[in-house]
Amino acid sequence: MVLVVLDHDGNRLRKGSLEALTRARDLAQALGGKVAGVLLAEEKAPVEEARKYVEVLYTATLGPYTAEKWAAGVLKAAEASGAKAVVAPSSRQSRAYLGRVAYALRAGLLEDTLESRLEGGEVHATRYAYLNRVTQRVKAALPVVLTVKPNTTPLAEPLGGEAEVVALSVPEVPTVEVLERLQEEKKGVSLTEADVVVTGGRGMGSAEAFGLVEELAALLGGAVGATRAVVDAGWRPYAEQVGQTGKTVQPSLYIALGVSGAVQHLAGMNKSKYIVAVNKDPEAPIFKHADYGIVGDVHQVLPALIEAVKKLKD
Amino acid sequence: MKFVAVIRQVPDGESRLRVQGDRVDLSGATMILDQMDEYAVEEALRLKEKHGGEAVVVGFGPERTEEAIRTALAMGMDRGVHVVYEGFADPVAVAEALVEVLKEEAPTLVLTGGQQADWDSQALGGALAEALGVPVVAWTTALELEGDTAKAKHDLDEGAEWVRVRLPAVFTTQQGLNEPRYPTLPGIMKAKKKEIRKVQARLTPKVTLISEEIQEKSRLGKILDGKDPVAAAEELVRLLHEEAKVI
Ligand SMILES: Cc1cc2nc3c(=O)[nH]c(=O)nc-3n(C[C@H](O)[C@H](O)[C@H](O)COP(=O)(O)OP(=O)(O)OC[C@H]3O[C@@H](n4cnc5c(N)ncnc54)[C@H](O)[C@@H]3O)c2cc1C
Repeated sequence: MVLVVLDHDGNRLRKGSLEALTRARDLAQALGGKVAGVLLAEEKAPVEEARKYVEVLYTATLGPYTAEKWAAGVLKAAEASGAKAVVAPSSRQSRAYLGRVAYALRAGLLEDTLESRLEGGEVHATRYAYLNRVTQRVKAALPVVLTVKPNTTPLAEPLGGEAEVVALSVPEVPTVEVLERLQEEKKGVSLTEADVVVTGGRGMGSAEAFGLVEELAALLGGAVGATRAVVDAGWRPYAEQVGQTGKTVQPSLYIALGVSGAVQHLAGMNKSKYIVAVNKDPEAPIFKHADYGIVGDVHQVLPALIEAVKKLKD
Repeated sequence: MKFVAVIRQVPDGESRLRVQGDRVDLSGATMILDQMDEYAVEEALRLKEKHGGEAVVVGFGPERTEEAIRTALAMGMDRGVHVVYEGFADPVAVAEALVEVLKEEAPTLVLTGGQQADWDSQALGGALAEALGVPVVAWTTALELEGDTAKAKHDLDEGAEWVRVRLPAVFTTQQGLNEPRYPTLPGIMKAKKKEIRKVQARLTPKVTLISEEIQEKSRLGKILDGKDPVAAAEELVRLLHEEAKVI
């Protein structure tokens, strides 16, 4: 049996869950077993949708997310299903609580994998390392806990049946008490899903100058990103930060405006299909990682870029 | 009170990476205290300065990791423990190797970086917390002690939250939590005399590294001169439309 952790927003399964399902089914097929799902919820969960994708569905309503409760829920489902592998979409949160799960099971933890397969009773996978600069091939004997990097895997289709739903009784665990939730304000296209990302760095010079970054992003149907320097300066919210401590993006087109190209920033965007840089310093490291670029003052180049895109669209 | 920072030594992200055979070869790289772990060291120092007690650095890795432990000692940590292990180790195995030392130290809290700059793992904090049977707060950006509890702010996938947690607990650290100090010359001199206890790691690796390959996508590198911004912008848009076909 393979257990898949189904991530959701309360109403719908997230896309990452459908990718994790595809991987879980591949493993289950190689192992000659079934796929069970576990759906953990604060309050509400898309149970009816989830039932269509798995052969057994374990559910639990646990109140506000904490790593401890989620780990306990996954462990309980792993025990109930007798799973030899746990597969989950990769996220900050999953990578924290699955560290607990993997330790409890003394399982090999394969984090943020690009692909995976069973070979001679072991799970082989590839993943990035060294701030996304190196591809590692790794393997682990069963049991394994495996997380699936977003946008790496085809989405699973429903199975056509409706799985039996089993309510888990999850044991109380020592955990944190959530005092206050600070929601990110969501506007426009989501950064991690956008096909175009336009990022401003310290070279933009001010918070006001981001008006034009927003304008270009909107023209291209993309999202706005920021560097740490910009977030530290308070020009943009942390939710827009791209990099090692920010978000990882992999759009078709990444435009870096007044960004130096530090490794910690590259870690969040160096897998983009095309990278464009505008920087007044021809020696800026970003140019070594760019497909196209303009050496120039962003205050002159950006308005011209906006005009040129408008012209193209007409 | 006792504040423990768990650290590793990693290549400086700016240094050139080479692959020799099928492994990353670090012999030419500048090795540093992982910058994510630096926030853990800094926070341990601040907590000690505010609340008293001891700040201990626990390093995991090969012999050379001692340099990173010395850096933490030069920043002001009181003493070090080095759990010596050569080679690749997954977070579950690292937690296994560290749990005995951590239990012996009986810390008020444990801090470690949110992500490793070499193996890109984010799981050590969670694995350590499970090994110790205590809660974990991941990606911490603010931390205050209040009696035998801590109040902390940390990032989620979407948004952030404030939590309260009974101590001991594990916290993973990141930018925003603090600004790590630089070691001073007197600090460096003092660090030479501070104790580093060596412990041979006992662990069973759960993950085997088969091979490593550098895969930096080769880029086109078509850089235009922006002296005439309008002409450069039009040419760039043409290339993106006709050649790359992304707009
Ligand atoms: C542990 C750790 C984690 C980190 N995580 C992240 C992260 O997630 N994301 C991140 O971005 N950084 C991160 N950093 C910080 C990173 O190292 C860099 O400091 C940061 O990316 C620099 O941002 P910047 O390029 O905007 O600013 P700078 O480095 O200051 O670069 C500004 C650039 O703008 C150019 N410029 C200036 N004026 C103009 C103009 N008028 N026109 C055109 N160009 C101009 C300059 O030539 C320069 O290249 C992290 C650092 C650490 C230690």
